[in-house]
Amino acid sequence: MAATQVIRSEWTKIRSVASTVWTLSLAVVVTIALGMLISALSKSEFENMNARDRLSFDPTFISFAGMSLGQLALIVFGVLVVSNEYSTGMIRTSLAAVPQRGTFLFSKLAVATLLALVVGMATSFVTFFLGQAMLGDLSARIGDPGVLRAVIGGGVYMTLIAMFSMGVAAMLRSPMLSLGILMPFFFLISNILGNVSATKKVGQFLPDQAGSKIMQVVVPVDDDVPYGPWGGLAIMVLWVLAALIGGYVLLKKRDA
Amino acid sequence: MIELEGLTKRYGEKVAVNHLTFTVRPGIVTGFLGPNGAGKSTTMRMMLGLDRPTAGDVRIDGKHYDQLKDPLKYIGALLDAKAVHGGRSAFNHLLCLAQANGIPKSRVHEVLDTVGLTAVARKKAKGFSLGMGQRLGIAGALLGDPRILMFDEPVNGLDPEGIHWIRNLMKSLAAQGRTVFVSSHLMSEMALTADHIVVIGQGRLLADTSMPDFIARNSRSYVRIRTPQRERLLDVLYGAGITVVETGSGALEVDGGKSERIGELAAQHQIVLHELSPQQASLEEAFMQLTAESVEYHAHSDTPVQQWGETWRKG
Repeated sequence: MAATQVIRSEWTKIRSVASTVWTLSLAVVVTIALGMLISALSKSEFENMNARDRLSFDPTFISFAGMSLGQLALIVFGVLVVSNEYSTGMIRTSLAAVPQRGTFLFSKLAVATLLALVVGMATSFVTFFLGQAMLGDLSARIGDPGVLRAVIGGGVYMTLIAMFSMGVAAMLRSPMLSLGILMPFFFLISNILGNVSATKKVGQFLPDQAGSKIMQVVVPVDDDVPYGPWGGLAIMVLWVLAALIGGYVLLKKRDA
Repeated sequence: MIELEGLTKRYGEKVAVNHLTFTVRPGIVTGFLGPNGAGKSTTMRMMLGLDRPTAGDVRIDGKHYDQLKDPLKYIGALLDAKAVHGGRSAFNHLLCLAQANGIPKSRVHEVLDTVGLTAVARKKAKGFSLGMGQRLGIAGALLGDPRILMFDEPVNGLDPEGIHWIRNLMKSLAAQGRTVFVSSHLMSEMALTADHIVVIGQGRLLADTSMPDFIARNSRSYVRIRTPQRERLLDVLYGAGITVVETGSGALEVDGGKSERIGELAAQHQIVLHELSPQQASLEEAFMQLTAESVEYHAHSDTPVQQWGETWRKG
């Protein structure tokens, strides 16, 4: 079985359902709009900041603030791409057409990942430039040290979030269960664990806490995180790999 | 050709499919019969490599399912008409299956035409009626022009026209020399379409025989006679050594297929006959007898509703 055939098939699948369009559009709109809003608010706040906060002021990172909400739409995208097969019963039709389960899963992941990467990267650049426009004279420029890395990193971060969701959905199969775990986790639990001092030591190794480091250009003054932007991204990649391997092993083992 | 050898599926303690061995041959329609919960669907899923057998083996043209290159070109299956993403159009559903197996787009149009869905090809599948969904599933099975076709309860929930269409389709596919394997829990349905039947109950093989053989062996055939000259006919038949049974309704019954002989005797003796008809006991009865011991979900009383009604009427 040629993998190219399966990839074409998965492309047909992903482009022929409405959920692809609305989840990705929502991710773009929310990330950009919220990023612009928070950038504008930060600019007016800057006057009232103390010296320490001004020193930690990171215009690049601020323009990505919308991602905390926008990533939820990408989670829905990643979950639906995989779990739709199960909730509709399509999985049996799909696996009868492609009995090589590894080829099936990784073709699906490849197509969805590429799509998330294109959308994520475009969103990241647009968010950056519009956010900087809001920040006016406080803005960073794309040529400043570390900024291009952060902007490209923002696109990669969005892609990795979608991939992680696909892996979790491949393990859990049910869309409601997957979303019920992932949404509160990334919206609330991870943020709490990563910021409360008691749990910070562990919380900072969670996928989104570690991965979002790549979007940071100015390191906060009192920052004691034990990894840099690339280290953080690597931690997130490990989470993604673990989720995908888990999904693959279970798909391989289970009855469809 | 599909070959099963000692195929077994166990879910924990429960044995769903118990050491099944049989062969499904090309050129005929093979019916796969069993009461609900007998293990028909599980067996079919194992044939397609969807469920893994606990023991035993199933081969499609000598190969395991996952060894087939572009499997839809070997074997097409309708397992569950609802195994479709409702938000996808009929055309795109078939297109993604075709692409996965290197089948040209033109073939998608062809099968849509064959099943009569061309007009709704761009409509989302969730708006389809049960019959349309079944047709879409069959279009998917036909997509790769496979030599082997498999249908799980294809007539379930269809209207008479749809049932008629599926029967003819299966017969014509078999007439083209293809292997057609179709499951059902209705013996009467299979009697009309199948040339060969495999019967299972609680996962065990109960019968693997040709349909005419099964009919001959399992159903009593007799001749029913009505005549106004009852006593004369009884004498004549008695004289010819034919045993007659009188039934309550005034008809006479003679075991076996002796209608010609009886007709000739009646003519010879100028006896008027109002009815002379060969009869067969229903296959459904034979099937129920065969599977009686293995039926998993018995109704605890035979005909409780009827009894209630009759008692009331008598009272």
